[in-house]
Amino acid sequence: MKLKLKLPNPGLEQRIPSHSELEKLELQEAGERPKWDNKAQYMLTCVGFCVGLGNVWRFPYLCQSHGGGAFMIPFLILLVLEGIPLLHLEFAIGQRLRRGSVGVWRSINPYLLGVGIASMLVSFIVGMYYNTIIAWVMWYFFNSFQDPLPWSQCPINASRTGFVSECERSSPVDYFWYRKTLNTTPQIEDSGGLQWWMVLSLLCAWTVLWVCCIRGIETTGKAVYITSTLPYLVLTIFLIRGLTLKGSVSGIKFLFTPDVNELLDPQTWLDAGAQVFFSFSLAFGGLIAFSSYNSVHNNCEQDAVIISVINGMTSIYAAIVIYSIIGFRATERFDDCLNGNILSLLNAFDLPEGNIIESNYTEALQQLNISRPDIIQELQLKTCDLQTFLSQGVEGTGLAFIVFTEAITKMPVSPLWSVLFFIMLFCLGLSTMFGSIEGVVVPLQDLDILPRNWPKEAYTALVCVVSFAFAVIFAQGSGEYWLALFDGFAVSIPLLIIAFCEMMAVSYVYGIDRFNDDIKFMIGHKPNFFWQATWRLISPLIVLVIFLFYFVTTVSKKLTYIAWDPESENFPTLSTLQYPSWISAIIFILAGIPVLIIPTVALIRLIRNRCCKKEETHTAETPYSISDRVQMMEETEQNNPTTTALH
Amino acid sequence: MCVKVQMPSGEMITGFLLTIILMSPVVAQDLCKESKDGFKVRISLKTAFGDDAYEWNESEKFLFRSTLAYAMRKKTGEDTYNIENILVCNDTKRVSFIFVVTLPADPTQLIPKEEVERAVRQSKHRINNAFLLSDMTLEFVGVPPTLAVPIQYNTPPWLIVFGVVIGIVAVGIVALLMSTVSKRRRAKAKDAGFDEDEDDEGIVKENGTALSGLNKKDGVYNPGFSNDERFTKL
Repeated sequence: MKLKLKLPNPGLEQRIPSHSELEKLELQEAGERPKWDNKAQYMLTCVGFCVGLGNVWRFPYLCQSHGGGAFMIPFLILLVLEGIPLLHLEFAIGQRLRRGSVGVWRSINPYLLGVGIASMLVSFIVGMYYNTIIAWVMWYFFNSFQDPLPWSQCPINASRTGFVSECERSSPVDYFWYRKTLNTTPQIEDSGGLQWWMVLSLLCAWTVLWVCCIRGIETTGKAVYITSTLPYLVLTIFLIRGLTLKGSVSGIKFLFTPDVNELLDPQTWLDAGAQVFFSFSLAFGGLIAFSSYNSVHNNCEQDAVIISVINGMTSIYAAIVIYSIIGFRATERFDDCLNGNILSLLNAFDLPEGNIIESNYTEALQQLNISRPDIIQELQLKTCDLQTFLSQGVEGTGLAFIVFTEAITKMPVSPLWSVLFFIMLFCLGLSTMFGSIEGVVVPLQDLDILPRNWPKEAYTALVCVVSFAFAVIFAQGSGEYWLALFDGFAVSIPLLIIAFCEMMAVSYVYGIDRFNDDIKFMIGHKPNFFWQATWRLISPLIVLVIFLFYFVTTVSKKLTYIAWDPESENFPTLSTLQYPSWISAIIFILAGIPVLIIPTVALIRLIRNRCCKKEETHTAETPYSISDRVQMMEETEQNNPTTTALH
Repeated sequence: MCVKVQMPSGEMITGFLLTIILMSPVVAQDLCKESKDGFKVRISLKTAFGDDAYEWNESEKFLFRSTLAYAMRKKTGEDTYNIENILVCNDTKRVSFIFVVTLPADPTQLIPKEEVERAVRQSKHRINNAFLLSDMTLEFVGVPPTLAVPIQYNTPPWLIVFGVVIGIVAVGIVALLMSTVSKRRRAKAKDAGFDEDEDDEGIVKENGTALSGLNKKDGVYNPGFSNDERFTKL
């Protein structure tokens, strides 16, 4: 393509290592950068970062609610057009420039430093609340080592006359989640104080994370052998278990029943695009950092395709497993409902047992209705519909902590399944957190704001301690509402903007020609037309469309949230409440700061450059470390480099 | 005046007794049916046992009556309750019926409902076990099932698991930190000797751990860099 649109970018050559320098590095292994022990560690880490809780509890719900099997079409199309190109881009740029996100964008152009800092901030915020979800998973894991499981029955009230009222009116699983785990307050303004057991779980989650991340990829590289592979093992175990349960096949059928009309709804395509984008953990900076530890001639194109395919397949596999269990639960509920009705009929009419069974229930009911409609009226029989139970489709924490835990209580040997399930969720979440932490620690090192001689352990400890301190707000009574706020507003828009900036920066500031040459140098052949078209046009367009949609919906939607209020009238249905007015300020800070950092930093740089123009001729920018210094050592007898960028 | 009282003859006595004996079930039935002190009982054998359910026949009813009598004996502490004091009526195919309890001293008097309820609640577990049923399958309508006491733990089990996990993590952290410290110490000692053989110790795979501890502006002297021309293939 002759479209050589390229923005002027002076001084690029000085900021990045040349191809010859890279070769030198490769041969002498003289870098101080950490390295992967083997390719498997790298692949497992990336797979672990991409495959997370969203694959298990967001994708199945989207699949089922947007026309089942038909949802695969937009999902796979957007995987190919949006996911794979973006992944390849991040891998290639990290491998080429051999720095974390801040270093990469600063090397491309100093005015783009803001993009890296925005990545770091978003990684930090997401890490904060994502680890809180892991703390919840750990709490359930701790509580799984007892029989019967604590969420299988209601506790007895103080006067020993019956069950606790809140539990009676809702269900044991709801009660355990909202009261025993979260101890939710009725609204976000009521803080409810710190829940000590939650603080302990949070502490546990952050210390486990710290011990795995303590030396960067040296330790996470070992940890991912378990955290990335165990979920697949557990999913397979659950699949086998699920398929042997009654009703599982109806769940899978329900999941995949295609409804082609959904393809005409733009919402389906937007949800598919958003799911692909967020599922790949793009724009966090973690993938760039991981890729920068690779050898220069690693085949990043192949890696990108493999990881994308694995991510997509995992989503589909997890959806099958989840819905087999949901099918089982729905069938159990349906059976309970029907048997309850049958029992009422038998008791009311004193008929012998076995007179009315599931198969002749409808005719029997009709006959009795004709003969004694008054009694039938009094009984107030419930309508039992399997489809309704199946489509009580839930996503997110509701799926994991309410629906699935209920299904587990109905299986024999429940504690075993509970332990397995929560270990799986824990591993899925932890491996994603590795990437988040990497996305914060590496930019922090690149930015040089902390003393240089601090070891990596100190950096990771600092990040973990600060995140833990902030995350304590999620251990309050109102913590879940805060988490939903963060999840809903802090993440989507900044990530989309960062990804868009990344693509623009690589294609038009770094230069697509230079990028193509780099890839040819690294893997041996120039990227073909597919990559050119997607990097330059298709993927940015898709990301832009998704961003506009998100922006419009976020700005125009009413700021409401759902709350658990035992005093409300339609308890146990969750009540919808309005956010208080000061929440808007917080939302603006959360979503606005990462986004506004990008132009702000560029502006600050501009002003600084204008003011101190004389000093610009000096090496104000950090020269590329080792080989530059090597050259300086060679060329000048006395070496006294003005800058000592020790990376 | 001598009034001649005619003593009942043998036939009359037997006839009278016969009437009473024949009447008593009818009397008993009336007591049972019209009573407000009666309890309705529902038994769900098929739900409890499926295909292995035993049949509800007169013998089973006999067992029921005897367990009720046992319950009354246990509650009141009087050994006078017998099977005749438990009256059953209104049998249905559902397997449900109504029963009442009569005073042992006077078979025409019924024990009030509350007392029977207390007796039943006290011995419910034994009555259930006699029939291999549970509170759900042997239902006394109007008597709420006694709730099982939940297991009380001295230490909540979750705290134990939490302790174990935190312990393992603490051990891991200490081990890793100690290994870092010992590596640093070794590197410092090597650096004092400028040992060329230990080059691979100097060039570490970590970002800034050993090197940054050496406080050298120029970094470690790596002989690999001294003769560039030999290595450059370009």
